[in-house]
Amino acid sequence: MSELKVTFPHMGNMYICIRAVLEKLGVSVVVPPPSSKQTLTLGSPHSPEFACLPLKMNLGNFIEARKLGANTIVMAGGVGPCRFGYYAQIQREILKDMGYDYRMIVLEPPDKHISQLLVELKQLAGGNNWWKIIKALQFAWQKVAAVDRLEKRVQKLRPRELKSGVVDRVYDVGLAKIDAAQDFASIRAVEAETMEQLNAIPVDWSQPCLKIGLVGEIYILLEPFANFHIERRLGQLGIEVERSIYLSEWVNENLFLGLVRGVKDSEQAKAKARPYLNHFIGGHGQESVGHAIHFQDQGFAGVIQLAPFTCMPEIVAQSIFAKVRVERELPTLSLIIDEHAGEAGLVTRLEAFVDLLRRQQQLKEAVTYEPIFGH
Amino acid sequence: MNNVLNQQLQNREKAVQRLKVGIPQALLYYQYIPLWKRFFEELGAEVVISAPTNKVTVDLGVKQTVDEACFPVKLYFGHILELADQVDYLFVPRLVSVEEKSFICPKFLGLPDMVRHGIDRLPKLISPNVNLHKGKHQVYKSVWEVGKLFTNKPWKLYQAYQKAYQQQVKYQQLLLQGLFPPDALAYLEVLTTPEVMPDSDQADCSPELACTLEQEDLPLTIAVISHPYNLYDDHASMGLLTKLRTMGVKVLTPENVAEETIKQQNEKLPKRLFWSMGQRLVGSAFHYLERADVDGIIHMAAFGCGPDSFTGELIERELRRQGKKGYLSLTIDEHTGEAGVVTRLEAFLDMLQRRSDPVSLGDKVINSNKGINADKVINGNKVIKGE
Repeated sequence: MSELKVTFPHMGNMYICIRAVLEKLGVSVVVPPPSSKQTLTLGSPHSPEFACLPLKMNLGNFIEARKLGANTIVMAGGVGPCRFGYYAQIQREILKDMGYDYRMIVLEPPDKHISQLLVELKQLAGGNNWWKIIKALQFAWQKVAAVDRLEKRVQKLRPRELKSGVVDRVYDVGLAKIDAAQDFASIRAVEAETMEQLNAIPVDWSQPCLKIGLVGEIYILLEPFANFHIERRLGQLGIEVERSIYLSEWVNENLFLGLVRGVKDSEQAKAKARPYLNHFIGGHGQESVGHAIHFQDQGFAGVIQLAPFTCMPEIVAQSIFAKVRVERELPTLSLIIDEHAGEAGLVTRLEAFVDLLRRQQQLKEAVTYEPIFGH
Repeated sequence: MNNVLNQQLQNREKAVQRLKVGIPQALLYYQYIPLWKRFFEELGAEVVISAPTNKVTVDLGVKQTVDEACFPVKLYFGHILELADQVDYLFVPRLVSVEEKSFICPKFLGLPDMVRHGIDRLPKLISPNVNLHKGKHQVYKSVWEVGKLFTNKPWKLYQAYQKAYQQQVKYQQLLLQGLFPPDALAYLEVLTTPEVMPDSDQADCSPELACTLEQEDLPLTIAVISHPYNLYDDHASMGLLTKLRTMGVKVLTPENVAEETIKQQNEKLPKRLFWSMGQRLVGSAFHYLERADVDGIIHMAAFGCGPDSFTGELIERELRRQGKKGYLSLTIDEHTGEAGVVTRLEAFLDMLQRRSDPVSLGDKVINSNKGINADKVINGNKVIKGE
């Protein structure tokens, strides 16, 4: 039996987490090249026309990884109603018809206890005992938690940097070093070093930055290529962002079933959605509505919803946003992405939305300050 | 809210007879209307069903929904808007799951919320959660939730549901015999009125009914795979079924396949599909693929339908791997023009005709390489000999 060379799809910084687990278990990993236009061009023609964008991107990743020698794919499964749960099956059929000799291993999410996940991992990395598997998961967790802490700091600093692009350069170097770290001590050291470098960058704290909340479907939220690097663009426009989903929080809630204490989960957001959407609708639909309201309660100026074209839960959320906009006077912008989405159109809408929010802010301040100056 | 309920229950005998419950003729209407209609009527309510889809329905629905919503949901909104002024209650159930460990589609999960927050000035909504994910007995929760608006006698409620369930079973039997839903529903209306005694399954059939049952001796048989709310809605499907019948084609649909067959065919998939309707489409398509009498399959899906993009893919790939039957994929949405569909249908039927009977084409031997020499120039049907 030939050696397993395992690949997996990209989703933002997720590769750091997956590579960490697999390599710690002695599995040979082939990380696909970062997602790009080429990936989409390779994946789209073979995918169903109305499949959501993540499936097409995944397929592109698999094709690119094949050229680098991968022979096995590790994919996650699901129970629906979101289509993601059936991705692996469709992808398997497509790759088979394309003549690609890929083995597909599907990790179904645990519905009762994290031990189910451990069993699946053991099948993947046969020679390892339970202790090693748990240690590998801990290792991956430390990496993903460190990455998220750095990212949250970056989201605060980016809109305030005096010289454009410095924060992201330091962040990118930090990410690469965390990805390369081989033990717990190195992760801690790199995180501390990168945080120090970030905090040393000249920034302007005097001007308040408008805050925009990003909600929506997880893939488009986390994969910068898919969302046209929206966070960096907003940063350049002087906007501080916060997302409804961070990878470490998602991993803890859905894969570890809440094992790590002190990490935020989606219960609060779902509670806030109840007046509008009182039921699970699959994907992150309910969380999108709930987080939008939560962001408003925390003083965010507006919310941007990111979703792939034909994403069913987000379409339901988008319908509800129409009411939320009116009743709560919360400005929302829905950006629906597919392979035909044009950068120029997106940037234009983004700039218009930011202008709108700034104008609203000015009007609010004018109203607030009038009494002080009399007349 | 409690006071209102008490008031209604006190004047129950009189009030209930006057209560009007509106049910839109869209989405799950085609699957469950016998059950729903009979249930409400047994409880003394008057059921008002919206008119069949027409241009006005489409326009109303499209204006009221976000662009991204699929066509069937837009139609549903159109029907709701047409009903809203005419009734006391609108029945908009939240169908989470109609069988164990399966869902329908996220839009069904969020339908009552979309309706409630998407339309102003609505009558009260009856929106029970129907969730059989953990077992069929869960349906009684929903039955109670709805029934207590009309009666506080559990026995009466139970009986009403049993009668409604019997009606639903009859409906499904008619479907299995080869009737299409509109005809089956018409027949049920006839059956349930006391004047007409059911007299085995021949002479009492109306002429239209008869023609559906007698589709023998037609040259082509095509299976049309589509959701019932697309297929049996004349306007949404641009009269596909009528067109096919006029063109002399015998039509088979997913509704004509038994549940056991569906389940059996679905076992061929490595992983179970978690969409109930998707299972029916894939199961019936795989079944028809095995039947020698079926010449081709037409797959009709709404533009942007999520689950259909996946199930359609599974059906198409299986069909192509077998390589025996013809396949046509049609997409419907609010912009569809009939001419385009007619052209593609005619081309598809021509192709199927040629496949089954190439000899009848005479001189135009298109699907055979006999007599065509690569050196010679071919101009139309004449072969011009080169040097």
